Formats: sequence, C-alpha cells, structure tokens
Amino acid sequence: MRTVFSYLRGRIHTPQIGDLVAVIDLHVNGTPHRVGLDPRTSLLDALREQLGLTGTKKGCNQGACGACTVLADGERIVACLALAVQYDGRRITTIEGIGTPEEPHPLQRAFVRFDGFQCGYCTSGQICSALGMLAEHRAGAPSAATPRHAAAGPRIALSDPEIKERMSGNLCRCGAYEGIADAIRDAAAATGTAGAADASEAVL
Amino acid sequence: MRPFTYVRPPDVDASLRAIAERPGARFLGGGTNLVDLMRQDVERPAALIDIFGLPLDTVEELPGGGLRIGALVRNSRLAVHPLVRERWPVLSQALLAGASGQVRNMATVGGNLLQRTRCLYFTDHTAGCNKREPGTGCDAIGGFHRNAAVLGAGEHCVATHPSDMAVALVALDAVADVRSVRGSRRIPLAELHRLPGETPQRDTVLAADELITAVELPPSAVAAASAYRKVRDRASFAFALVSVAAAIEVTDGVVSGVRIALGGVAPKPWRAREAERVLTGAPAGEESFRAAAAAELAPAVGLPQNTFKIELARRAVVAALRGLTEGSTA
Repeated sequence: MRTVFSYLRGRIHTPQIGDLVAVIDLHVNGTPHRVGLDPRTSLLDALREQLGLTGTKKGCNQGACGACTVLADGERIVACLALAVQYDGRRITTIEGIGTPEEPHPLQRAFVRFDGFQCGYCTSGQICSALGMLAEHRAGAPSAATPRHAAAGPRIALSDPEIKERMSGNLCRCGAYEGIADAIRDAAAATGTAGAADASEAVL
Repeated sequence: MRPFTYVRPPDVDASLRAIAERPGARFLGGGTNLVDLMRQDVERPAALIDIFGLPLDTVEELPGGGLRIGALVRNSRLAVHPLVRERWPVLSQALLAGASGQVRNMATVGGNLLQRTRCLYFTDHTAGCNKREPGTGCDAIGGFHRNAAVLGAGEHCVATHPSDMAVALVALDAVADVRSVRGSRRIPLAELHRLPGETPQRDTVLAADELITAVELPPSAVAAASAYRKVRDRASFAFALVSVAAAIEVTDGVVSGVRIALGGVAPKPWRAREAERVLTGAPAGEESFRAAAAAELAPAVGLPQNTFKIELARRAVVAALRGLTEGSTA
C-alpha cells in the first residue's frame, strides 16, 4: 500500500479527537503535500484548514449546494462528502489552480464579463463544476436533458436546458443563474466547438 | 462525527476479513450518503473499511449478452457506458435522473443500492423514527409525510427508498453478487431490499459483514425499448415523488413482454408484477395501460399529504408505456 497508517503497522488504533493518525499524500494544483490528519477530516476541511486553500467554500456541508466543488483527477466532486483519506494519492484541482490574477482562465473571464455572480461565495464551486461539466460534455456524456435522439449522435448541443441540468449541483443564493449560464456558454463557444476540451486541458 | 477506526485493506479478501473482525464496522464506498449520515450522528460505525480504491470498478460484457457491473463503478461511468445506453437505456436514464453531476462522479453502484431513506425524520434526532432508533415510533405518520410510501409501508415506518438506479435494476431482473468470509451468494435485486414490517431499521437482507461485489444484468430483448420517467418537485437534483422504469415489447399489437418497477412509492424499489400480469398478452394501448396501472396501485394506501401519489403513479405508468409504444399501439 502506498500509505502507511500507524495502526496498520501492527496495532489497531481507534482515533480520538485531535489525533493525527492518518498520513496521506494530496497532490493539489500540481504540488504534493504530505498531510497528517484525523480520518474524520473531509477533503474540504483538509484543503481549507490544513493546506490553507480557502478558495474552496463550505456552504451546506452535505453535498447539496456545490460550493465545495473541486476536480479529482479531472472529475468534479463535492469535497464536503469526501473523506480526505479516500483521496490519498489523487490529483486535486481547486480554484487556486485555475488561472492566475494576471492571466485568468477564459471561464473566469467569462464569469466577470457576464456577471456570473453577486456575492461570489458559490463562484469557485461554479467554475470548478463548469470545467468538469464541459469535459464530460466533450467526452459525449448525455444528461437527463438530452433529447433521446441526440444522445446517440456525435455531439450534443450545449443548449440552455443542457447547461442548467448539468449545473444543477451548484446553487447560487444570489440567483445569478442567467449570468452563470451565459458565461459557461460563451466560454465553451469562444474556444470553438472543442472549447470544452481546451478549457479543461488548460487546467489539467 | 464520532471517532472510528479507519482501515484500507489492499484487496477484497482482506476487506471481508477486516469487517468480520470488527463489530460495528461498515464498508466505505464513495461516502456520499454514509459520510453525511455519520456527520449527522445517524450512522455510528466503530470502524470504516475503505473499499473505494479496490478494483471492483469494471463493466464487462458476459457471454450471451449480459453485463457484469463492478460494485464500485461510479454512477456517472455506468450512465454513459455504450452497452448500457444501447441495450438497457432505462438504466442510463435512471442514473442520469439521480443526484448531481458531482455526486454521480463519487457515488458507486453498491453504495447507491445501500443508501438510506431521505425521510426527514430519519435524520431528526428530536423526532421518533423506528428506522433510526427502533421503538421510538414513526413521527412521519402524524407529521410531514408528503414523500412517504403508499405501497408496502406499515404502522412502524412509511419511509421510501430513494434510489433511481435501483428501480431500473429491479425492472431489469438484475442480480447482486454478494460475498463475505462465510462464502458467496447471489441475490435478485428485487429481493435485496425488504419491507419494514416490525424491523424497519433493516433496509436489506444483507448481513453486516456482506459485501456486494457486482451486479449482473441478464440479456433482455424487451429492455431495448425501455425508459425511466421521474416526477419530482424540481426539474433536477431532487428525489422522486414517483418514478417508473418500464420496458415493453409489442408483437402484432399485443404486449409480448413487459417489465415495470416503481420508485418513490414504497420502502423498496417496487417491481410492478401485477401490472405486468395484466399487460402480458393484452392489446398494447391506452386501455390496457390504465387497467395495468390501476391493478398495481389497487392496494395502495395514502396518508393525508401523500394520497396524490397514488393517482400520480397510475398516470406515470400510463405515460411511460405510452411513450415507449407511440406509433405502434392501437
């Protein structure tokens, strides 16, 4: 096994509050981190509290709002429902790994241009989710909004119903949904029909 | 969240031994339901046996045209699998109708089957709930029960099973491969979940140390024309009020094969055998569809806030069958 836990070295250990019994390797935004943590720690708390990456937000903490969306090996997940120990050795991308203040990612530019936020709390999750979503779309994945005849076709049009269905795991209490959908549509289109590919590959 | 012993065994056999050795231990898959319930102090495992990284994540075609789906295949992967979309479209549609894009990327097939009810009282420690704490009563019956069951429930529990995927699998005659240190067995998915009876705390027939390792889909000609229809309060990311998994085959205007299962209406994915019996050999048309739906829902009993589900379920069955047979019915 890649990771060695103290209790796997020959003794069973029931962790107590505050114990740092698990040692894992998290690869976040291209940087490896060896982290000691209580196995109860969510991936979200590990990112925020132990690595100081507070761009990923804690909203509902129960998988419903999507504010904590990050990419694990390029796939979008909610970090609040993940125990950090389950992502040992995996490659995590957070909002801090997408674009830079000087050179924002095209999707970040689109969110600014189309006013895809008000308070901004959901935005990092929206952007990580949209990047994962565009990669899924590029790979030909249908959604519940995909017309049945289109599902068998070579490429599914990224219509408004498609964007809304595919982004339904991200809530925005300010109600900036129209701007969010506009930004995603624009960013996907701006880089051509393969725009999603460019967007996700730029990150990963 | 209460402390637990965390173990990540290297393979299935070691995982089976690990759980057998630890009373109160649970397997951890994607965590989307278990971690949430642990945080709410509803699930209190003494140990977690983390199987998330084990190689039970492949989909293989079987000789004869069936499909073997590893228990750790993510919901998102199964939904887009070319063979699933071609031969069992109802399964792909049911998966895509469930949860959100993020959750589908985490959730596993085995975990989806074993997820707990979303009845509000199940996670409300101030309320009585026989499923959470046997003997404390069911506050849903006299309280908020819009989402509750109308078939197969009882005086001790009216909670519904929340899975969409399981409804499709039950309609498709899927079978679970189950292993423990004591051996292996195969359980038809229609028999995996149980009705509450006197022991609503037990959702399934599995023993505490048993692991679902795979789900097998038998080849099915009727499944080629199949669909999942879900009725819910929001257009997306909501559990079903009523759902229907249906497959139908019509020969010379007569129903020659049919599979129907209902979701959102019962404590388990509900195979609609009575509706299938009425339909088989009947003319494929509106009248037969209505008769079949009425027969299946005849034993349904509603509570004040959820009686609407009975009519909703009837109409959803008819609409699902109509959608599958448009152009070929009388």
